[in-house]
Amino acid sequence: MSDTPSATLEMKQPKDLAAAIGMVNVQINGVWHQFRKGTRMIEACRQVGVAVPHYCYHPKLTPSGNCRMCLVQIGTPPRPAPGQEPQRDALGYEPIIWSPRAVIACANTVSENMGICTTSELVESCQAGVMEFLLINHPLDCPICDQAGECRLQENSIGHGRGVSRFADMKVKKPKNVAIGPRVRLDDERCIMCSRCIRFMDEVAGDPVLGFTQRGTHTTLTVYPGRLLDSNYSLNTVDLCPVGALTASDFRFQMRVWFLKETPSIDVNCGTGTNITLWTRENTIHRITPRRNNDVNSDWMPDSHRLNFHHIDGATRLTEPLAKAGTQHRPATWSEALQIIAPQLKAIAPEQTAIIGSGRMTNEELLLTRLLASKLGTPHLALVPRFAEPDGLLIAADRNPNTTGAKLVLATEDPYAGLDAIRSAVRSGEISALIVFGEDLITDAGFTAADLAKPTYLLQTHLLANPTATAAHLVLPAAAFSEKRGSMVNLSGRLQRLNPATSKPGQARDDWQILADLILAITGETCGFSQIEDVFSELAATIPAFSGLSLENISSVGIPVIDTGYQIPLLVTERARIAAGIVNG
Amino acid sequence: MLDLLIILIKIIALTFCVVLPLVPVSVFFERRFCAIIQDRVGPNRVGIPLTLFGFKKDCSILGIGGLVQPVADGIKLFLKEDFTPKHVRKAFYWLAPALTVAPALITACVIPFGSDISLFGYTEKLVIANIDIGPLFIFSVASLTVYGIAIAGWASNSKFPFLGGIRSTAQMISYEIALGLSIIPVLLYFGELNLSTIVQQQAEHGWLLLPLWGHDATHTLVSKLLFWFPAVVSFLIFTISIFAETNRMPFDLPECETELVGGYHTEYSSMKFAMFFMGEYAAMVIGSALIVTIFLGGWSLGFGTDVWISQLRIGDFGYGGFIHLAIFLAKVVAFILFFILVRWTIPRFRYDQLMKLGWVIFFEAALINVFLAALIVAAPDLTAAITAIGAVLLIIVTATIIWVARVSEVKPPILRA
Amino acid sequence: MAVVKLQRPKLAPGEQIYLTALLKGFFLTMTHAVKSLLGKSMGAKELASSGLGVTMQYPEQTWDSHLPEYYRGAPALVTDEQGRERCVSCQLCEFICPPKAIRIVPGEIPSDDPWAKVEKRPAEFDIDMIRCIYCGMCEEVCPEQAIFLRKDYVITGLSRKEMVHHKDKLYQIGGIRTGLVNKWNELK
Repeated sequence: MSDTPSATLEMKQPKDLAAAIGMVNVQINGVWHQFRKGTRMIEACRQVGVAVPHYCYHPKLTPSGNCRMCLVQIGTPPRPAPGQEPQRDALGYEPIIWSPRAVIACANTVSENMGICTTSELVESCQAGVMEFLLINHPLDCPICDQAGECRLQENSIGHGRGVSRFADMKVKKPKNVAIGPRVRLDDERCIMCSRCIRFMDEVAGDPVLGFTQRGTHTTLTVYPGRLLDSNYSLNTVDLCPVGALTASDFRFQMRVWFLKETPSIDVNCGTGTNITLWTRENTIHRITPRRNNDVNSDWMPDSHRLNFHHIDGATRLTEPLAKAGTQHRPATWSEALQIIAPQLKAIAPEQTAIIGSGRMTNEELLLTRLLASKLGTPHLALVPRFAEPDGLLIAADRNPNTTGAKLVLATEDPYAGLDAIRSAVRSGEISALIVFGEDLITDAGFTAADLAKPTYLLQTHLLANPTATAAHLVLPAAAFSEKRGSMVNLSGRLQRLNPATSKPGQARDDWQILADLILAITGETCGFSQIEDVFSELAATIPAFSGLSLENISSVGIPVIDTGYQIPLLVTERARIAAGIVNG
Repeated sequence: MLDLLIILIKIIALTFCVVLPLVPVSVFFERRFCAIIQDRVGPNRVGIPLTLFGFKKDCSILGIGGLVQPVADGIKLFLKEDFTPKHVRKAFYWLAPALTVAPALITACVIPFGSDISLFGYTEKLVIANIDIGPLFIFSVASLTVYGIAIAGWASNSKFPFLGGIRSTAQMISYEIALGLSIIPVLLYFGELNLSTIVQQQAEHGWLLLPLWGHDATHTLVSKLLFWFPAVVSFLIFTISIFAETNRMPFDLPECETELVGGYHTEYSSMKFAMFFMGEYAAMVIGSALIVTIFLGGWSLGFGTDVWISQLRIGDFGYGGFIHLAIFLAKVVAFILFFILVRWTIPRFRYDQLMKLGWVIFFEAALINVFLAALIVAAPDLTAAITAIGAVLLIIVTATIIWVARVSEVKPPILRA
Repeated sequence: MAVVKLQRPKLAPGEQIYLTALLKGFFLTMTHAVKSLLGKSMGAKELASSGLGVTMQYPEQTWDSHLPEYYRGAPALVTDEQGRERCVSCQLCEFICPPKAIRIVPGEIPSDDPWAKVEKRPAEFDIDMIRCIYCGMCEEVCPEQAIFLRKDYVITGLSRKEMVHHKDKLYQIGGIRTGLVNKWNELK
């Protein structure tokens, strides 16, 4: 019978091929799909665009199944009596016997010929019931809650709640506004006990300081006695918190989230190149949050990097070119400043000129720096290294974000190598003109104030007022990472793009434009770039790793351009957990 | 030398002390009257701002607030930025407002404002130029106004003013024909083109529209009453044509706001706009004066009182002329009020209706009216038979014209709603 | 039938001449003008006319006593019976404001304040009255019943700066408002 044409046709249906490639057939809301065996039901629904409301589930954390929000109705084929052939419909699927009660979608996995329904009356009434329970002790202080606007409780209450509470009793009082760590505040009344933060601190940050005490409605989230939530990853718990229980002290009451504009960009505090979102309103950055990139930073980022943006609109920000007159600096216009530079730099012999760049420069800026060096004819070009202890998760030992890019663009194995030579040459007086881009030599490069007094000419571009600037003859205000466009290559060889979220204050200018103008002022000819994209096109034309790319085509998660062999430690752990089936990823 | 001085005094006194002040006065009347018609109050506050000079209270003229409003408007317009758009044809753009105001004021020179004034034995007529071609002079000069508007529309170099200018030109040409033809019966009747004499005749033998006194052998009551019919037709056509000539409602299509923004003066601001405004009101004043002069007895009070008024004198000074001047101004202001009443009562015509009214109705009516008046004027000198033949011919011609007009009319299409 | 065919009305010979209609029109207009002069215009009484037309003479006469309950004048902030600022600077009004007239800088209530548990209040609350269109959206959206449109309508100033109502001014206009929901007072 199996060799009849119809049977052969039946055998060739894709549904029957599923088992061979480790897939199962699942019906979701009446439509049949195939999923990898072992996929969690909530993840299966997400893959086919069916939203299941949830609080405690997170793909990067182990499922705990304690919020009960992701209830769905499931059905399985009937178990045939011994010897009985299973019934099949026209497409070859067995009939589904629906379970009379709902199950949570986050902790259960899909199985062959299973049915999932997320829209049935049963599911809706169960979810409405769960919502009502969750809101029983919730203070409903949305007007003052920082989470309002991005609160899952608000969203699901609109989407799945019943609108009115039948709870007439007093709400349970719990601690409010508790500083559980230097950067995180806890409001226990708002907490819905989803335990995401607890699991994150345990599984990802490796610092299990959070936990529940008490029972029932009195369950309270606290830190371990005598400890604080002071991990460098503590602010990720704020991102994770689906409600307003955990809020960031830094962002507390600063701005309502619905005013904020999101700009995808990358972090420049270390070689990892964490993907971030800049949240701005009217030229002010209010917060930075990590952006999911499973090849760079997963969903997380360290607090030290996240909070390192207040200097951008701080009091020490440089906003206009400063030229030294006697011992004091005076404000100058750009054209004035460039007129001062050119003759003085031209007067100095090329071998007496040195350029010190920064590992924080973008590829485009590094290209123009190289161009400037070749136009001046100086052999002295080096970047300032910045190495420190790695933390074994996301923070790399190399705290410069673009070392890999510098190696590619400057075509050298060690872009930092020449710095010691330049320093000793400055000390001995062999160098009489020093051009510094975006670096504070006294704080970061081992120079002393006495060293910097020696060159007859010192030019610095920088964001902020700094000791080197005090010694400099001309200080030019540059753009911060949130104000410019450009590309960087992270330690694992991924090309990523910075996007401007705010505009530059005062007369500050984009670094690549400063460089282009310097080249114009010194050589008298333009370098032919009218926009930053042109500079990248030049990179793509000259550097093999970038060939065929353009700045606008770099996607939001970047493009791997070379293989450096560097492994981001946090990703190694995460991939192992996914491989072991602990998390979905 | 003395003649020149007297002429200069008359020009200054009559143009700048009588006609020009009437412009702001009519603006004030316009605003107050239309406000009252529309249940509003209108300008009722502006007085002389004495408080600016340290007095305790502001002063309002005659106790009527708002009388100084036109002055305030004038100062405001004068102080506004005089903006000349870049795209205009400069010379003509600057010329146009002047071309609108000047003709209106020039026509004032043949209007008899009053009877004679005598002082130190000199007797002077209260008319600047007592010429024998009064109405013709007025028509020839008044028709120059259209150049101002047409040039304004063209020089603005912008489409709405241009359309306004074109409309104005077409409208003026159309109605000037009716205007000219409608006045011919009157001239036939008086046998005169000197406006002073026309007014004098009316004072003696009854106004054209009110011929109830001063009958004698040449001016019998019957002949006057017979002529009354063509006179009324003339009056209607003349008055309505004057409305069209002065671009007043219901014929203000050249500045039709709903279609043309501001019409020919869209691109004008400040004093140049004010000149157009002034020109329009000056034309209205002169138009009223002309109608009053020709049809309503000019400065005459009527009913045989004018001789008595003319003879009033204190010693050497015969002041009767000033009383006549006052009577004339009263009549003119009354007619201006009629202008205003029309503006706020009758809605604006459609352009095709305007053209049809001018060409199909007024032109023919005025023409027939000329023959009718001629017949009536000539009848006493003709035999009864010739008169009868003339009357029959006239009726046939009239009937034919009406028939042609009716037949040629396009049937209104069925409306769909 | 979607299409209705209409015939123009047939005019009598007298009507075709149009003159009688004109005269009727003049008569109508003049009657209206006389009525208006005598202060007998339609609605003059209801609109508290000054005696000419239906108009009120503004600075001498005002509409204040006629203002309806729902009149929307200047927006103002109110305090409750205990003198607490009702506004918690949730910034919903700032968000909803169509002309973007409202500008709030949120602030935290210090822990020694008797209302410390409310945690948040505006540090600055500016309404630019040049921008305000008196739409009342702010009152509608306010979850704390803190902003109301009062009956004040004479908002004047000699400079743009003067036309910005700061927090003090807003509370001064608003004053105390009693009888509202007091959710922060209860054990919540």
